[in-house]
Parts: sequence; C-alpha cells; structure tokens
Amino acid sequence: MSLALSVALERPGFRLTVDQTLPADGVTAVFGPSGCGKTTLLRCIAGLERPRGRIVLDGHVVHDDADGIWVPVEARRVGLVFQDARLFAHLSVAGNLRYAARRSGATAAERDELLELLGIGALLRRAPAELSGGERQRVAIARTLLARPRVLLLDEPLSAVDEGHRREILPWLERAVAELRLPTLLVTHNLDEVVRLAGHLLLMDGGRVTAGGRLTEMLARPDLPLARREDAGAVLEARGVGYDARHHMSELRCGSTPVWLAGEHVPEGRAVRVRIHASDVTLALESPGATSALNRFQGVVETVTAEPAEGRCLVAVATDGGRLLASLSSLSRERLGIEPGRRVWAMAKTVALV
Amino acid sequence: MLNPGDLNALVLTLQLAATTVVILLVLGTPLAWWLAHSRSRWRTLVEATVALPLVLPPTVLGFYLLLLLGPNGPVGGALVAMGGAPLAFTFAGLVVGSVVYSLPFVVQPLQNSFAAVGHGPLEAAATLGAGRRDRFFTVAVPLAARGFISAVTLGFAHTVGEFGVVLMIGGNIPGRTQVVSIAIYDHVEALDYGHAHVLSAMLLVLAFLLLCAVYWGNRRFRGVGA
Repeated sequence: MSLALSVALERPGFRLTVDQTLPADGVTAVFGPSGCGKTTLLRCIAGLERPRGRIVLDGHVVHDDADGIWVPVEARRVGLVFQDARLFAHLSVAGNLRYAARRSGATAAERDELLELLGIGALLRRAPAELSGGERQRVAIARTLLARPRVLLLDEPLSAVDEGHRREILPWLERAVAELRLPTLLVTHNLDEVVRLAGHLLLMDGGRVTAGGRLTEMLARPDLPLARREDAGAVLEARGVGYDARHHMSELRCGSTPVWLAGEHVPEGRAVRVRIHASDVTLALESPGATSALNRFQGVVETVTAEPAEGRCLVAVATDGGRLLASLSSLSRERLGIEPGRRVWAMAKTVALV
Repeated sequence: MLNPGDLNALVLTLQLAATTVVILLVLGTPLAWWLAHSRSRWRTLVEATVALPLVLPPTVLGFYLLLLLGPNGPVGGALVAMGGAPLAFTFAGLVVGSVVYSLPFVVQPLQNSFAAVGHGPLEAAATLGAGRRDRFFTVAVPLAARGFISAVTLGFAHTVGEFGVVLMIGGNIPGRTQVVSIAIYDHVEALDYGHAHVLSAMLLVLAFLLLCAVYWGNRRFRGVGA
C-alpha cells in the first residue's frame, strides 16, 4: 500500500499544493493549525474535491488530469470518518452499519468483530440522536471500516467530542488502528493524539506540507514549529525489562540506558514508546553522582537553537536510545559551555508512557 | 344527501388531485433537487417561475392556459394538427392546469428539505460505496421524508381547492370537468344552500384532515430534513 499525491486546489483565499508520497504502513498524522488545508487534503484523496493533479492509491491511479482518469468517490474504497460522524439519522446504529456492509459485502463475522473492537455492541438498536459524541464517532468508525476501505482517513475524529469522551474513545481508536493494520491518515490538532496513535507525522501550514517523517525523529527536531510548543519533547522507543513491585515502577531500556516508569506495569520484552518533555530534562557535563534523577542518558550535543523564547534555548542531545530535547536558560548554557559536539549527561525527571 | 351530480363532482375532484400530485412528484422531485443543489445562474429565474402561481390571480393563469391549450393555441393547435383534440374543456386540460397551479406547493417543501439534508449525509454515503442513484433513494429521499409528506398533502389539498383556473379552462361541464368548488358555486347561485352546505363541509373536513397529516408528519420525522 502506498499513497502518492500530487495535487493543487484553489479556493477563494486559499490554495492547497501537496506533492508527497506517504508511507505505506501504520498511522500518519497530519498536523497543523486550523485552516491549513488538512481536511481539504483528505477530501481530495477521498474524491470529494476535484483538484488538479494525480492521486495514486495502492498502485491504482484514482485521479489523473493528464490521462483524464477520475474514479468517483463510491468506487475509490477510501474510508473517511468525518469530524461530525455523519450517521444517517433515519437509520438505527444497526441500520447504519448494514448500509456499509451491504455495499461492500462485509460479513456478519466482520461486523461482530468491529462491534467488539469498538465496544458498540449494546448500541445497535439506538437512533443516532440518542448517542453521545464519543459513541457516535465509534459507530462512524465501525461503519467506515465495514465498507472495507483500502485506506482509512480520520478527519479530527475526536474534535467534536468533549475531553471526558475523548479519553473514553482514544483507547478504542488506538486498538482499532493497531489491530486492523490499515494505512491511516489522521488529521488532528491535538499533539497527544498524534503521539499516541501515529508512527509518521506530516506537518502542514498554509496549504503546504512543511515537513514529514518518522514521528520520533520529527518530535526531536529543534527546527520544527513543534519544538516551540510548551509541551515540546521527544518520544523514544523502549522495551520493558522488569517490574519492581515494591516501588511500583517498571524498568525499561532506551538503547542501553535504563529508564524508570512510575505507576505502570510494562511486561518484560514489550515494546513501548515514552515521552520526555524538554522542560523536564536537565543537562550536566559530568556523570552526576548522587542525585534523585533516575533516568540518565549519556550523549552528545547535536544542535543548540535559540528557542522558544527570549533567554531560553533548546538543546538536542543524541543518545543511543534516540534524540532528546532539553530546554535550558541561555545563562546555564553559557556557564556550562554547551556547544555542538560536547559530551553531556541528560537527566529526565519524568518519563511518561504514550 | 349527495345527488349524483355532486357525487360525480367529488369523484372527479379527487381523481384530479391524485393525478396532479403523482405527476408533480415525478416532475417536481428532480426540479426541487436541482433548485436545492444547483449553483447555476438560471436558478433564480427558475425559482421565480416556480413561485409565480403563488402570486398570480388564478384567472390570469387560467386565461393564458386557455389560450395555450385551446384549438387556436400553440399546444391545442398542435394536438388538433396531430389528429387529437384540444385540451381546453377536458379532464386532461384540468390536469395540466392543476399541475401548473399546484407546482410551488410541491416543489418548495421538497426543495427546502433537500437543502436541509445538505451534502453531508450524501458525501458520507458516497464514501460507503453508494453511487448517485443509490444515495439519492436511500439517503436523500428518506431524510427528506417530511418534505415529501408536506408536498403530497399540500399539493393534493391545493388542487382540491382550485376554482379560478378550472373555471377558465374546464368550463364547468357536469360529469366531465365540473369539480366540487364549482359545484358549490353553482348551488349557491341557485340558492340551493342545502347542497352547498354538504359539499362545503366535506371540503372543510378534508382540508383539516390533510393539514393534520402534514403536522403529524412533521412531528413523526422530527429533526430529519425540513
């Protein structure tokens, strides 16, 4: 599966130009401010907008101006989950699901699997108007998947949902995208959703793609706007090695560095991702002796960027477990003489599972 | 209570209304769909044309239809030339007149409810694999159910109540073109208030029941379409 796009679309006061080949597997998050063209991009892929250019989906050309190829929406097998769910108000939940299954030939077994996966088995006889925002989105996701799409497009599936329901639906969504192994594009402006769901990240601004790549690399790039956010920080890949029941802590390894995770039980051998906020990272020039910080990474300074605010700077440190970001005052950077190439110890107060 | 002439008029009126509504649904649904979704610059013009029968005196409408459908008119003349009969003073002529006269009462509710359904559910249906016809009949029509109920009942009731157009092009021929509203007028002219009462009361009850059906439909399909 691959998705190659080369599209241009003009609307009054807005222009979308995207020329991109998207990674085949897993979830790619499309992230950017409101009005940057994220939704329009999804609509182009689905065939709901007709841009100039060419779209190749899984080896099939679904749109090409030059050859006059235009595969209509209903024949593209692109699953789009709308921000506002768009369940059919004249049908029950079961009726909505049947609508998709009948046209795709999805079996009752597939339906039951999705009912379980999304936890909506008890809602079948309800009308869409009787569902909460979170339930509505889960039904919409199930309905879309029953259409057996080749690619799944999620347009801010959680934005119309309040914080409580967001927390309720996120685990379902996480399970669904992990178990279905369907190539997925997720539009969102919530960084938490990106970190939890996505493996790749595409940044958009003003109708263009400004950067793209693996999530772990993108989050640790000090030159991207993500690094200027208050919640900037790196995501590292780690593996469980043991659990200390007396202290309620899991021990992980990031590369060769031991990392301690409070309150969570990560089974041995399980691959997880941990997030380390730049503001929680302290740098030292020598191996810190007695300190309360449990997580100590040894590494080399790669870049120093005068961001995000006056008097602050962002230091990228390469470790064997991945790149870390540290936010320092420019005063301490000067006093320690932190420059690219310098060997440092990075200590992280808090490490969180994503 | 009902003399044979009145019964004839009543049956004729109901036949006329039913035929008119069926024709209007067939013609009016695509027209309303087009009006609800088109961005053509002709839209305003078509909308105004559809609404004309709302504001024109029925006699004006009937007069022009008479000219059009009569043996010397373009339509009537063409029919005569093809070996047929002109439409004026026939049941078919009444149907043509009623279709024009009741057009806005069918098209406007449909147009409003198609507009209220909007593109959203149709786009969703398309992404689920439903083609144009499929999504029209399985999504747009059921979601516009209230519009259809209004269109059918208002179109029917309005046709039952027409007077001026029928008088101009129907000519009040008992058993062939005489409808209830004109029969009532004849009874009153003849000072036969008893028969006028019977027919009037029947139309009153019918109109009331039809309106009840509209409002029941609006409640039953609450929140779906206009």
